[in-house]
Amino acid sequence: MAGMHALANPARFQRFSARALPWSAGLTAILLLVGLYMAFFVAPPDYQQKETVRIMFVHVPAAWWSMAGYAFLAGLGAALLVWKHPLAALMARAAAPVGAAFAATCLITGSFWGRPMWGTWWVWDARLTSMLVLFFLFLGHIALSRAFDSPERGDKAAAILALVGVINLPIIKFSVDWWNTLHQPASVMKLGGTTIHSSILIPLLVMAVAFFMLFVTLVLMRTETEIGRRRLEMAALAAE
Amino acid sequence: MTRFRHLVARDLLTAWRRPGDVLLVLAFFLLAASLFPLGVGPEPQILQRIGPGVLWVAALFAAMLSLDRLFAEDLVDGSLEHLVLAPLPLELAALAKCLAHWLTGGLPLTLMSPALGLLFGLDGSQIAVLAVSLLLGTPSLSLLGGLGAALTLGARRGGALMSLLVLPLAVPVLIFGVGAVEALAGGAGSSNALVLLAAFFLVALASTPWAIAAALRQAVE
Repeated sequence: MAGMHALANPARFQRFSARALPWSAGLTAILLLVGLYMAFFVAPPDYQQKETVRIMFVHVPAAWWSMAGYAFLAGLGAALLVWKHPLAALMARAAAPVGAAFAATCLITGSFWGRPMWGTWWVWDARLTSMLVLFFLFLGHIALSRAFDSPERGDKAAAILALVGVINLPIIKFSVDWWNTLHQPASVMKLGGTTIHSSILIPLLVMAVAFFMLFVTLVLMRTETEIGRRRLEMAALAAE
Repeated sequence: MTRFRHLVARDLLTAWRRPGDVLLVLAFFLLAASLFPLGVGPEPQILQRIGPGVLWVAALFAAMLSLDRLFAEDLVDGSLEHLVLAPLPLELAALAKCLAHWLTGGLPLTLMSPALGLLFGLDGSQIAVLAVSLLLGTPSLSLLGGLGAALTLGARRGGALMSLLVLPLAVPVLIFGVGAVEALAGGAGSSNALVLLAAFFLVALASTPWAIAAALRQAVE
């Protein structure tokens, strides 16, 4: 908590992020290289799905961190509304497109995976559908935060939306699961049926950490950009 | 409570003096629903199969239509600032506005739905469950819509943005609403879906007024 408030000062954040960025970017690159190598060459092909199972190593981490990304967005929203944390607004602006990109990655890779496995690009499966709704929630947040002439108004409106969204997200998830059982029986594969072997699990976990570091790196970089952008706007206003 | 009633009465009176707004929503509902037979063909089986879903989606879009005037006019003529300053808590004022919106939007849609159900060849029990599901579901749409309207006050291209915000949040309402009617055809009772719809309304009732009030305060600042 104390650390969070210390970083509320943009100048202090910039000093912190200037030191942290090379490390997080380097770690991301190394982990991605190791993870992708393991995913492509170490992990065995699945006995049923053959080589296509390797899509999972990108698909699943993207899904995890897009969901965590929305929770992060809601946390930033709370920080902005409760403590008027000035950096939270800029960071939310920075994080929302990254979360949307992760959700889109999950949907697109899922589609590539679905084509050989299910014989179709898209199935109205419960998990696909709730990921699609999550993608729309990200888009709404991005659009709302940029819809006003005053950026502060956009930040606060988007913060309220993120908090409502995070309450509603479990309900949406539940309703979509409920809808899915109503409409179609489990014709789609089940992942949880067998426990995952370590030869698959370890590359998956490496990729999950790599995607987490990627998320952190992108958010840090984009937050710096947002700080710069806000300063330019202030300077332009002052010059008028 | 008197203040709450006055606020609802004021919005109802405004709507009464401009009946065109309400009629437009109903006309849109009818038009959107009657385009589907033209799109998918007039076979009675298909229409009966898709009818509940089509009517619910059409109701969802129709409920979006009237939202832009929920707070926008109050912002322009300055009465929103009075609402923020008034002794009635802003949360209750937001609730009153949403109630008035439902009385002039969701309720007429619900009352009109049996007639549209007949156009899609739904049988008596389907029509009854559809109307009950709309009765339980449309109040949630007014609450979520009120939030969308409050958040986008003063935004550029507010209308399209509002739909982008509200429709994903309204997914459970659509699912449970259609599910209630579908469960009838599956032989299962529709009470599960109706109870879930009511539960969603209660959650929305308990949470959205706070969010709407917070959004309105930001808008007036």
